[in-house]
Amino acid sequence: MNNRDAYDTAMNEITQLIQQIAPDAQIEAKQRLTVTVRPDQLHPVIEALYGNETLCFDYLISLVGMDWGDRLGAIYQLSSSVDLTREVIVITATADRDNPLLYSVTDLYGTAHLNEREIYALFGIRFINNPDMRRFLLNDQWKGFPFRKDYVHDPKLNPETVVSSEIIDVAPHIVERDGELIEESVAVFGEEDYIVNIGPQHPSTHGVMHFRTSLDGEIVKKIDVHSGYIHRGIEKLCESMTYPQMLHLTDRLDYLSANINRHALCMCIEKAAEIEVPERAQYIRTIMDELQRISSHLLAWATHCNDLGATTAFIYGMREREHVLDIFDKTCGGRLIINQNVVGGVMFDIYPDFQKDVKAFIPYMRRRLKEYDDFFSHNAIALGRMVHIGLLSREDAISYGVTGPAGRASGWSCDVRRYKPYALYDQVEFKEIVRTEGDSYARYLNRLDEIEESLHIIEQLIDNIPSGEVCAKVKPIIRIPAGQFFQSVETGKGEFGVFIESSGDKNPSRVKFRSPSLSAVSVIPLISQGAFLSDLIGITGSMDFVIPDIDR
Amino acid sequence: MLIYSQPLELTKLLAAIDNFLQGNLTPGWTVLVKGILVGILILAAYTLIALSLIYIERKVAAFFQARLGPNRLGKYGVIQSLADMIKILIKEVIQINKADKLLFYAAPFFVIVASVLAFGALPFGMNLHALDFNIGVFYLLAVSSLGIIGILLAGWSSNNKYSMIGAMRSGAQFISYELSAGFSLMTIVVLSGSMQFSEIIEGQRYCWNLFNGHLPAMIAFLIYLISGHAETNRGPFDLPEAESELTAGYHTEYSGLQFGFFYLSEYLNMFIVAAVAATVFLGGWMPVQIKGWEAFNQVMWYIPSWAWFFGKAGLLMFFSLWVRWSFPRLRIDLLLNLEWKYLLPINLANLLVMVVIVLSGFTLTDLFPALFGK
Repeated sequence: MNNRDAYDTAMNEITQLIQQIAPDAQIEAKQRLTVTVRPDQLHPVIEALYGNETLCFDYLISLVGMDWGDRLGAIYQLSSSVDLTREVIVITATADRDNPLLYSVTDLYGTAHLNEREIYALFGIRFINNPDMRRFLLNDQWKGFPFRKDYVHDPKLNPETVVSSEIIDVAPHIVERDGELIEESVAVFGEEDYIVNIGPQHPSTHGVMHFRTSLDGEIVKKIDVHSGYIHRGIEKLCESMTYPQMLHLTDRLDYLSANINRHALCMCIEKAAEIEVPERAQYIRTIMDELQRISSHLLAWATHCNDLGATTAFIYGMREREHVLDIFDKTCGGRLIINQNVVGGVMFDIYPDFQKDVKAFIPYMRRRLKEYDDFFSHNAIALGRMVHIGLLSREDAISYGVTGPAGRASGWSCDVRRYKPYALYDQVEFKEIVRTEGDSYARYLNRLDEIEESLHIIEQLIDNIPSGEVCAKVKPIIRIPAGQFFQSVETGKGEFGVFIESSGDKNPSRVKFRSPSLSAVSVIPLISQGAFLSDLIGITGSMDFVIPDIDR
Repeated sequence: MLIYSQPLELTKLLAAIDNFLQGNLTPGWTVLVKGILVGILILAAYTLIALSLIYIERKVAAFFQARLGPNRLGKYGVIQSLADMIKILIKEVIQINKADKLLFYAAPFFVIVASVLAFGALPFGMNLHALDFNIGVFYLLAVSSLGIIGILLAGWSSNNKYSMIGAMRSGAQFISYELSAGFSLMTIVVLSGSMQFSEIIEGQRYCWNLFNGHLPAMIAFLIYLISGHAETNRGPFDLPEAESELTAGYHTEYSGLQFGFFYLSEYLNMFIVAAVAATVFLGGWMPVQIKGWEAFNQVMWYIPSWAWFFGKAGLLMFFSLWVRWSFPRLRIDLLLNLEWKYLLPINLANLLVMVVIVLSGFTLTDLFPALFGK
């Protein structure tokens, strides 16, 4: 009850605050408190929310580009680093479809930079005062803006080509000086810079990531992030699919947390369509999520060690991960992508020996954690490669939206399972692992400790799985009421979010996935500046990102 | 000194070949034919050792990593590396358009020639010695440091930024660690009073240099193993290749036989370092003998000298593999710190301590001549 009151007070405060700055703003209490403002009021409103000491909306969860047909706009999902339960949605839109301009919030939120560039590539909205307004995910030659509703996807417009084009390191941007908008271009790198392409084909970028890196000897001077080599337009594809069809695409985002991503979308749809999930399904979902988290952390640990040159540790991580995958395999036939969650519950019930297998795995994994500790965690060379390397301060972690084990290693308590509990996380007891060092080593240790916590969660649930249905009765065609729906979950990489805008139809009018990996990548240029080339690789390993999650 | 029975030694066979050649040819031709025979033998041994090392490394790595390793070709996959060699031999040598052609093609030869030259000076067993200079240790250090020229050329001529960074790292690393390797060998030269391998080995008949020079010799041994390991560019010192950073470092652009040269010489360098350490510190091909225990010594001599040599070198190589597959990679500044701030000063002081010990007669052979003396 107290919580409720505190929440209401906070919301009243927000309302008052916004009304002071933008009297004509539309404030509605939907699933989240939603504020609609004029484009020119956007920056002042967000700045006020950001700067207010009691509310402190300093965490931009996601930035969604929108096309409402007559208007183009953006949705800002803001939250507070101190209390993740506090959320506010700010919406703005412009009617100018030929040259849509909005004000950038890059000065407040580091994560806005790549997100705004993404919106420019996909919707054609340019952001004033963003220092680098190149397209992200798409190349400069792309004609049209694919996520607009009136986009013509004719292959003749953008023919496939095998000829590689030179990368032009010139960044156009729009700045506002004395009330006037000036379009300028700046060079990304200096004339004499020694630029090395780390990626798109490189063993340690964990996928087709492309860091254009300028080096001074072995020292990294500047990194320019290019991505989109495997961009599939999943969000656009979702718009032409029914809700159950969409589920399969979430697995193709962060494939290491496939089940957890899918869980998020299922919950979003279930909440919107008011479908009750049976308790047995909740248990299975939670256990499977934790197993998935263990396998994701194991792979992150393994590849991080491999990036540091320890091949044996890589194989060890894979060896343990295999046991988790075997359990998935026996449950539903899938190993990497298990297709278990469906709207209303889970598709497959657990197999008779499931509990026995999981209970055998828990002590086994604990022994192995001990082995990792003996073998690698205190190795002098490993410490030299991780301690005080890639320092990420708490402020930067929040500004860039770096969540998950990496964010918690910088002292930011940001576990979605703790703040916005879903499934059974409010009924189990677990520790949120927070470290304050903010270096690679803290991120490394956080993952290993989280494996232990996941084992602890599974232990509490595995003996108490209730009997009953595993899936609620759901109509073959699901319609969800018109509106905007948000759902966040904690994946192995951090906060994964789903946003659905529905017009009440059988398919959504806009879907957006908040990618924890994009945040992790966006902060890499900052934390690896001045580091050694070898450390850049170590830092990317410690941030643990997955490219398909960025190239949605 | 008793003459022991040595049934498995190759001395008699060599003498028979020598007699046969001298009986049938003029002295000039004899030398020529012998030279050719030795050359062929060395090249054959070179390939054979490298191939078996590749196989052994893969099996040992698999053992450390809870895998099986090669197991399809032949029993336990023993002919896997032979098949790999044939594959590499018939692969196309890819022409790199913007590479510096001459240097690009010359580079692998520098590397392989340096290691063959060093290989020739190793004493494999009793009388199994192609060259026995009076300055053997010096010669070995000189020729083995030629290899770095090949690596630098490879990195420079490939016209590839990764290769270039790899080669630069390699240059810094090799030159630094060559100092330590040289100084630790010098420590032993002081102890044994000779640079000739045969004399160094003879001096270790009853007491290995490692024990004879006790503390300073052990420090020198440790430093030699570390710096030798670093010189071979193998993990945790594999920065020039650093597959997770530089894809393949200085040999990124090489293919086919030329890549094969780099590959072979890497394994041979590992062998050479282990062999030199075994010869200089662990008595080389000399069997373990204890003064006065004639029966025991006879039993030891039944094991042929070349088996002792390969056994000791093999043990050291196993340590090298163990280290390689356990540790993460060093960073360039950590690597140079280790050398210039720790190994080199320790080494210099160590050399001085050794001189004092030898001059004041504190070596084991001087202290207990009845037990260890010649």
